[in-house]
Amino acid sequence: MIAESGHYALVLALALALIQSVVPLIGARLRDAALMNVARSTALAQLLFVGASFIALVMLHVSSDFSVANVYENSHSMKPLLYKITGVWGNHEGSMLLWVAILALFGGLVAAFGNNLPLSLRAHVLAVQAWIASAFYLFILVTSNPFLRIVNPPVEGRDLNPVLQDIGLAVHPPMLYLGYVGFSISFSFAIAALMEGRIDAAWARWVRPWTLVAWIFLTLGIAMGSYWAYYELGWGGWWFWDPVENASLMPWLAGTALLHSALVMEKRNALKVWTILLSILTFSLSLLGTFLVRSGVITSVHAFATDPTRGVFILLILCLFIGGSLSLFAGRATSLKQGGLFAPISREGALVLNNLLLTVACAVVLFGTLYPLAMELLADFKMSVGAPFYNLTFAPLFTLLLLAVPFGPMLAWKRGDLLGVTQRLLAAGVAGLVVIAIVWAWTRGGSALAPLAIGLGVFVIAGAVTDIVERTGLVRLPFGTALQRARGLPRSAWGTAFAHAGLGVALIGIVCETTWNSEYIATMKQNDVAHVAGYDLKLDGLFQRQGPNFREMIAEFNVSRDGQTVSVMTPSKRSFTTRGSSTTEAALLTRGASQLYVSLGDANAEGAIAVRIYHKPLVLLIWWGPVLMAFGGVLSLSDRRLRVGAPKPARAKQRLQPAE
Amino acid sequence: MRRMMLAVVALMLLAMPVAYAVQPDEIMSDPAKEVRARDLSRELRCMVCQNQSIDDSDAPLARDLRLLVRERIAAGDSNSQVLDFLVARYGEFVLLKPRFERQTVLLWLLAPLLLIGGGLALWLQIRRRSRSGADVPAPPLSPEEETRLAALMSDEAKSS
Repeated sequence: MIAESGHYALVLALALALIQSVVPLIGARLRDAALMNVARSTALAQLLFVGASFIALVMLHVSSDFSVANVYENSHSMKPLLYKITGVWGNHEGSMLLWVAILALFGGLVAAFGNNLPLSLRAHVLAVQAWIASAFYLFILVTSNPFLRIVNPPVEGRDLNPVLQDIGLAVHPPMLYLGYVGFSISFSFAIAALMEGRIDAAWARWVRPWTLVAWIFLTLGIAMGSYWAYYELGWGGWWFWDPVENASLMPWLAGTALLHSALVMEKRNALKVWTILLSILTFSLSLLGTFLVRSGVITSVHAFATDPTRGVFILLILCLFIGGSLSLFAGRATSLKQGGLFAPISREGALVLNNLLLTVACAVVLFGTLYPLAMELLADFKMSVGAPFYNLTFAPLFTLLLLAVPFGPMLAWKRGDLLGVTQRLLAAGVAGLVVIAIVWAWTRGGSALAPLAIGLGVFVIAGAVTDIVERTGLVRLPFGTALQRARGLPRSAWGTAFAHAGLGVALIGIVCETTWNSEYIATMKQNDVAHVAGYDLKLDGLFQRQGPNFREMIAEFNVSRDGQTVSVMTPSKRSFTTRGSSTTEAALLTRGASQLYVSLGDANAEGAIAVRIYHKPLVLLIWWGPVLMAFGGVLSLSDRRLRVGAPKPARAKQRLQPAE
Repeated sequence: MRRMMLAVVALMLLAMPVAYAVQPDEIMSDPAKEVRARDLSRELRCMVCQNQSIDDSDAPLARDLRLLVRERIAAGDSNSQVLDFLVARYGEFVLLKPRFERQTVLLWLLAPLLLIGGGLALWLQIRRRSRSGADVPAPPLSPEEETRLAALMSDEAKSS
């Protein structure tokens, strides 16, 4: 019954979405408020039904109902409860259901909190959301129904891919989808603006919070996925330039550009056409990402779908939405009026440069991902594009971007004074140079690039600090006044500073990890000692243990430094009998921002075991950076001006104030 | 296409690799040569895996390739000779950093071309727009606007 109810709820959601696709638009044409308001009710009802459908699937997984094919293929009765729940989206059908559930959530949020939007704009936005939703409901119902039954139900399930049985699966995909799908809102706003032929600074103010929410989740989602790969895959890599990772990086790059261009549009009413185009492109890249991952066109470590009918269906959706929206853009964009003039050296100019660099970086990733496919199809030339290519092309672009980052927020709108800003950034520049000199002297003879890159990271962080110091007058004014000004500073200014500093922090982590990573690979017997980066790791012994749905071999290492015991590390290897596969559970020891990383290989007959030990200096900065960026995003989101639906009592109070 | 399918099948047979790259017994006795071998390994693709270098992969083929690379280094090959040897054997597919050739021109030149082209276009447009904005005076008021303005001004004069 539960499976059938879930299936039926999804069909009802499709019917609601079809209504929502058409009726509000007719209402907008006829200027009929009642018809336009239909969108609001249907969006909320859609959320209700898709939510019910999703909960139905969760219940089926939790109760291990193996008469449902999706549960049979991806679950096991002995699996811990957490993984029974996360296993819902650890497979193709379930993850698509999560995709539409999040789409419905965003639609519902616009419907519930979009009271400050003009009625016809909201009707248009929700109608476009419904087009996307209809396409994906159809996709699920036609090609990927998670509620299909098996005629003769088996007794036991086939278990979830062991690599996915991790807390990472609970967090990473939902976060990523909140980001991916969140950009559908800016897309819908862009299409609505093009259909209405009206766009102004207010539009940018409505769109920016939604873009920001999506961007925050995507940032955290990507960082989380990277950390998951780092500790789960067992060789300490954290970014592989895998097509699937690229699929999430591209919307992030375009979305970051969008955040910045929307800022210009909101403040200065300029870059309107470009902002609209970026909104379309960002979500198009999200759709492309969904296509790459879900169709299996680029089979990679992440892609578990290989059925071509699905690929063709998503490709159709992709062509329809990207082609349709770009044609609409081409037809209507010229009628949008340009506003807000500015000199090349200005805040606007800096943000245009930011957009140029981010877009080119995004194009590089897009090309690197699709070029080998195109060459194989068109020229029958088999080639690969991997990490060394991206390191060579992506790094220079980001270096340029990071050099420019501290200048941007300090330039004045309309016409900036580059020389003046350079003088004000002198301290930050000196800090960067001093760090370069220190690191270079300390690592004598090593790579010359690493100290330079770390100096750049310090310059970016110091630049962000300089901006805040200047705005609060920390140096010029008495401390109390500065504190007061700091409190009065718009939260978005703090957000900018945190996000930009996060970039510098991440860069320092990346450079340290890749340059000074020490590695020890050997076969170890009991009581053998490995020396890595000043630590001594003694193998105390090997143990066997029985887990809920796996057997585990644990190695116990006693970690000491200068003869003093620091900690005990217990890396393990798990064998999952149902799938006949195994995972490595690396042991991590965090010391400050650095980590010691131990993972196990195969044991041989004499009781010795292959061991890989890494010391990764400042590796955690790689992920603290994005967390800082996301925190900056949250601060910016809490800025008064951007609050999604400003509460009414506050407004009433403001109106009363003059009377006092 | 057949080869692609083969790779897919091979990938499924391998299940999820327990990623475990360089084995202890592979390591060369000369540390300098081992460093070279590792650097080369990072630029070579494990052909049965998806987008993994032979340095990262635990597939048997990757191990064979790692040993082959070390064999060539031990035989006194330079880095580019090792790469040439592998390309001659397995084709360009083995290189994770494609060579600059007729087929890859567009890939390599995309970033500089876009950057220079986009930068120039933007610079010209911004300059043109800021010039035209500064030089062209605001259009003169129409007669109706003039009368409305006069009316407003006189209103204000009266009320104050």
